[in-house]
Amino acid sequence: MEIPTETLERLKDKAREIRRHIITMVGAAGSGHPGGSLSAADIVTALYFAEMRIDPERPDWPERDRFVLSKGHAAPVLYAALAERGYFPTADLNSLRQLGSHLQGHPDMRKVPGVEMSTGSLGQGLSAANGMALAGKLDGRDYRVFVMLGDGEIQEGQVWEAAMAAAHYKLHRVIAFLDYNGLQIDGPIAEIMSPGSVADKWRAFGWEVQEIDGHDMAAILTAISRAGAVRDKPSMIVAHTVKGKGCSFMENQVGWHGAAPKPEQVEQALRELAPGSC
Amino acid sequence: MSKKIATREAYGAALVELGRLNPNVVVLDADLAKSTKTIDFSKEFPQRFFDVGIAEQNMIGTAAGLAAAGKVPFASSFAVFATGRVYDQIRNSVAYPRLNVKIAATHAGITVGEDGASHQMVEDIALMRVLPNMTVLVPADAVETRAAVLAAAEMDGPVYIRLGRAGVPVLHDENTFRFVPGQAVTMREGGDVAVIACGIMVTAALEAAEQLAAEGVSVLVLDVHTVKPLDVRAVVEAAQLTGAVVTAEEHSIIGGLGGAVAETLAEHYPVPVRRVGVADTFGESGKPDELLKKYGLTPAEIKLAVHEVLKRKQ
Repeated sequence: MEIPTETLERLKDKAREIRRHIITMVGAAGSGHPGGSLSAADIVTALYFAEMRIDPERPDWPERDRFVLSKGHAAPVLYAALAERGYFPTADLNSLRQLGSHLQGHPDMRKVPGVEMSTGSLGQGLSAANGMALAGKLDGRDYRVFVMLGDGEIQEGQVWEAAMAAAHYKLHRVIAFLDYNGLQIDGPIAEIMSPGSVADKWRAFGWEVQEIDGHDMAAILTAISRAGAVRDKPSMIVAHTVKGKGCSFMENQVGWHGAAPKPEQVEQALRELAPGSC
Repeated sequence: MSKKIATREAYGAALVELGRLNPNVVVLDADLAKSTKTIDFSKEFPQRFFDVGIAEQNMIGTAAGLAAAGKVPFASSFAVFATGRVYDQIRNSVAYPRLNVKIAATHAGITVGEDGASHQMVEDIALMRVLPNMTVLVPADAVETRAAVLAAAEMDGPVYIRLGRAGVPVLHDENTFRFVPGQAVTMREGGDVAVIACGIMVTAALEAAEQLAAEGVSVLVLDVHTVKPLDVRAVVEAAQLTGAVVTAEEHSIIGGLGGAVAETLAEHYPVPVRRVGVADTFGESGKPDELLKKYGLTPAEIKLAVHEVLKRKQ
C-alpha cells in the first residue's frame, strides 16, 4: 500500500503531540498510566487522524466508526486523541483525575463525548464492541468497531468468550489491536502468566490475524486497510510495541505502568518529544 | 386463583409481544432459551436473538454494546448466573454507564427445586439493589410480569427483572391491572399489621392474611413489585397505619426486600419488623413445596411472624 510521505509525517507529528499530552496530563494529575498509553499512541493516532469515520461535532452520529479502549487504564491516550481531534478543549486534559473533571481515571462514556464505552475493569471491551457490531448489522450500517486490548488483559477469560462470539457471528467490521508491549503491573507477561503464541491463539479462535510493529505508522495503516478487506471474520492486529515508547526513561520499564512522572521528568520527556527531535 | 402460570412463561410471551411492538428489542440468552422461555422470541425474531452459548460474561458485555448502539437488549439466564456470575460485568459495563440493558433472570429462589443450592439464587435482589442506576422488579404473577417487561422496555436504563421457574397463581386481573414502576400495590386492606411481600410470597401473604382474618387479625398486604426504587411512601404509610410490619420474600433475609423495608422504617418510622425469607443459608435439592416448607417460606411462617410483631407492638 502506497501511503504518501506527507500523510505519514503528519501522523507522526500528531502521535508526538499526543505523547506530549500524555506526559503532561499524567504529570499534572500526579497519577495515571503513562506506559501503556505511550505504547498505544501510534495506533490511536492512526485511528483518530487517518482511519475513523467520525465527526466531533456529532459524537452520536449513528454511522460513525467506534473505538473501544478495552484497556481503559490507557485513558490518557484516548483523551489526548479526542481533545486533539476537537471533541473537547485540549486545556481540559490537565484536569485528568481531578475532582469534578469529566476526565475520569478510566473512561466514562457518560462524561466524555467521543468515549464509546466505559471501561476500566479489564476484559470487557471486546464484548461491548461485538454488541455494537451486531447492532450495526441489524441496522444495515457499515460502521467499523475498533478495539484496543492490552496483552496482560487477554489473561481475562471473558476476552476469549468474546473472541469466540465475534468469529461465530462473522463480525468482520470488528478490528481489534493487541497492544503487545510485554509488560503487566507485576512484571513481564511471559513471567506472570504467559499468553503463549498470541497470534496462533487468535487464529485458532477464527480471527484473521496480522502481526506488525505497532510504532510503524505505515504498517499500522496497511494492516487496517488489509483488515478492512476481510469479509467473513473479525480481525486481530497483534501490534508489537514498547511500553513507555518515546520517553527514554520509561521505555520497557515495568515501573512506569502506573506511575506519574515528576516535574523534572516531565521536562525531560517533553524535551525528548519536542518537534524535530525524534 | 385456580390457574397457575410461571412468571418465566409470562416473560416468554411478553417478549414476543414486545418484539412486535418495538423493532429495537433484541434478546440474548446463554444456552438456556428453552428454560428461560426466550425461545419463543427466537422463533419469531431469529435475527434479533443471540444465543451466546455458555458465556454469561460475554452476554452481558454484548448486551451493553447493543444498548450503546441504540438497541433494547433483554439478556436472560438463570438468576444465579445472570447476577452473581456476571456481577462485575453488570456493575462496570451496564450500571455504571447507565446503559439500557434489561436483565431478565429466571429460576430465582429456592423453588428451582431439585437442582439444589448451586442453582438456587437467594442473593440476587441484594446484589442488584445495591448497584446505582439499577431498577429491580420482582413480579408476583403472570399479569404483573407482562406489565413489568413492557414497562422495563420503556424505561431508559438498566433494569433487573426477577422471575421464577414454578407456576404461581394469577393474582391480578389482566384487564384492569395497572403497573406503575416504583408504586406498590395494596392487595388487601387491613389495620393491625402489614405484610410487605414480593414475588411468589405475595400469594403466601394473601393466604396468611385470609387465615389471620379468621382469627380476628386485620392484615394489610402490599405487593412490592419494584424493590428498587422502593415505594418509601407506601411502606411508611403501612407502618404508620398498622404499627407492625412483616416482610416476605423468596430471598435471603439479608439485603433483599426485607432489608430495604427495615432500612427505610429504621430511618423514617421505626416499628416492630420481622423478615420472612431464607435465613442466611444455602438451599438444597428437593421439591419446591418441600423446600418452601423447610426454609420457612409459607403462610404459616408469615402467621408466626405476624403474631410475633403484634406481641412486640403491644
